Amino acid sequence: MQQKDVLPMKTEESDKRPTAAPAEIITGAEAVIRSLIAEGVDTIFGYPGGAIMPIYDALYDFQDKVHHILVRHEQGATHAAQGYARASGKVGVAFATSGPGATNLVTGLADAHMDSTPMVCITGQVAAALLGTDAFQETDVIGITMPITKWNIQVTRPEDIPGAIAKAFYIARNGRPGPVLVDITKNAQFGKLDFQYKACEHIRSYQPVPQLKQDAIAAAVELINNAKKPYILCGHGVLIAGAEKLLIEMAEKAQIPIASTLLGLSAVPVDHPCYVGYLGMHGNYGPNINTNECDVLIAIGMRFDDRITGDVNTYARQAKVVHIEIDKAEINKIIPADVAVHADAKAALEAMLPLVKPAKHEEWLQSFKEADKQEYEKVQHNELYPKEGMLKMAEVVRIISEQTEGRAILVTDVGQHQMVASRYYRFKDPNTNITSGGMGTMGFSLPAAMGAKVGAPEREVVAVIGDGCFQMTLQELGTIYQSEIGVKIVILNNNFLGMVRQWQQLFFDKRYSSTEMINPDFVQIAKGFYVPGRKVSERSEIEAAVKEMLDTKGAYLLEVVVEQEDNVFPMVPAGAPISSIRLE
Amino acid sequence: MQKEYTVTVYTEDRIGITNRISVIFTRRGINITSLTTAETEIAGVYKFIITVLSERERLEKVVGQIEKLIEIHRAFVHDEDEVVYQELALYKISTKSLHNGDIEKIIRDNNARILTITADYFVLEKTGHQQELIAMLEKLEPYGLIEYSKSGRVAIVKWSRRFHEHLKDLSLIEADNLKD
Repeated sequence: MQQKDVLPMKTEESDKRPTAAPAEIITGAEAVIRSLIAEGVDTIFGYPGGAIMPIYDALYDFQDKVHHILVRHEQGATHAAQGYARASGKVGVAFATSGPGATNLVTGLADAHMDSTPMVCITGQVAAALLGTDAFQETDVIGITMPITKWNIQVTRPEDIPGAIAKAFYIARNGRPGPVLVDITKNAQFGKLDFQYKACEHIRSYQPVPQLKQDAIAAAVELINNAKKPYILCGHGVLIAGAEKLLIEMAEKAQIPIASTLLGLSAVPVDHPCYVGYLGMHGNYGPNINTNECDVLIAIGMRFDDRITGDVNTYARQAKVVHIEIDKAEINKIIPADVAVHADAKAALEAMLPLVKPAKHEEWLQSFKEADKQEYEKVQHNELYPKEGMLKMAEVVRIISEQTEGRAILVTDVGQHQMVASRYYRFKDPNTNITSGGMGTMGFSLPAAMGAKVGAPEREVVAVIGDGCFQMTLQELGTIYQSEIGVKIVILNNNFLGMVRQWQQLFFDKRYSSTEMINPDFVQIAKGFYVPGRKVSERSEIEAAVKEMLDTKGAYLLEVVVEQEDNVFPMVPAGAPISSIRLE
Repeated sequence: MQKEYTVTVYTEDRIGITNRISVIFTRRGINITSLTTAETEIAGVYKFIITVLSERERLEKVVGQIEKLIEIHRAFVHDEDEVVYQELALYKISTKSLHNGDIEKIIRDNNARILTITADYFVLEKTGHQQELIAMLEKLEPYGLIEYSKSGRVAIVKWSRRFHEHLKDLSLIEADNLKD
């Protein structure tokens, strides 16, 4: 861990420390906290250090209004803020100091940027007079985070603080949401201003919500009404827009099958008759092969990631593509749209729903069911209900899904366990799937689960984590203990970096280069952080162990030893046509 | 097919805008061959004129990503025939070469003008398209060229009327007063 500058401040600066402010003349540091409160913030994940000390000092007076959760690493603060945002629908907030504190935010910012997560990060910065001089803990965080934030700004004068924070929240939560970073120099935190908070309502160079074009809606509906094999791909944008009910209504009205992207999971209940499964490299068989069979592909709030499309030159060539997307840069970026509906998913679906004609597509829907049957027989049955051998990841996920009735918030990390959990958890409620999709950030889930639990305390939050991922951010067990965050942690331990090992097996002649893990005793580690836990490797114990975990009040760690060289199937090899999906 | 294109970007006046724009070209491995930027007729709105060698389809995507930036009003890709443009070059030549009679013809043929003359050197200015500026450069080489300096592109878009009306409307809306 880097050295934090916690030396006593120079007397010259100490004189300017926040005191009881007369009237509305307050310090920049206090303005930061009061601006956040004005934006409805009541939870902050952060880590103090030299350049952000005035802000932490101001925070001390607002502990009744703002709950600060002290994380163990700034990366944890960003993922916790992401988990919080995704579970609560609010903007996640993270604090970090300058230099190493700020650079530790980079992974979380990039992750939030890829996965459209609203987040405001506030970093302390050296005094303006020292900028550019390589001062202690100075780093060009604005330059570093420019390509991985939706917007960022450096504030060097106290009077600019409220305006910058107002703009930050407006940008983070409107349009396609994303992370914003506000870097505040120490002199701006110490300096005084006449505080007046005005929320940002408009930026003249930024139009977050596109104007709905009626001709595009009409053209989209025309294609849908004349389709014989219409097919909806539901992305994260549906959840962000809160359009899941409208989507289901439209699908029911015209009997259109819906498949989901990784981040679109949980928008439609898994047991809904129109829901046909999960798309992509390790998605379900039917949804993948039928992408190349449908006649109208209706992509909503998704961006045709390469894990979804495989080879773009063979992707849905037969279909007319309707692309409903709020981010204009995503339209025609990967897959050309026959009808582009540049709009918020909810606005578009509201306009389309009354115009979509009732229809039946029994045979078409049946073709998904038949593909499902094949997948179930070849893959799922053995994965979900094995009779012998070591425990399998899928059966553990099945048991968690059954015991939580599909109603927990499932937070996953990256790799085999993520794909298995996404495939087999039977989501019932929207916004209950939190995972690192675009970035594929190992170490995401433990801090994200923490944030999700804080953002939705009434819900059960289960983090399903691989043994490799867990060791990237396990220090957050300290936060979980200190802040009493009741997350349930399930480590699916195969003593391998499983997904990399799977690729090595399939594409690199089983040359297992640096993927075997000699692991510590995870239950002992949890015990060291006063988190109770249990290790299970027998099939006969797993049901009871999951029950014990869920029955425990507060945090719990369950380590499950699973089959070492298990593979996730189906699988579309990287860059191959999706129709070449392998069942074994 | 790679061709020369002009990309125009209308921005707010904010520190770091050049960086935000250029990083988008960098990510796609596109080299910026020239860049000119200055305030437009609308106070507080800046225009970037960027020339690149690339393909139209790629540039449309680049422009889409540039437009996503919060402080960008609009960005466009233009073919050679969609813009009227000029570039400017200065040529510093040894004064001794004045003894050579042909220099007058070069100046006349190119509509060049003399900006200054000292005992050691004189400076010529010419505006035109890059190939014309280079053609004159080649003609001047034998006369003892000391230095050559060329600007980026200044361009007017042929179909820009509606967009400029939009910009004028914008000038009625206040830009936020955040200073960097």
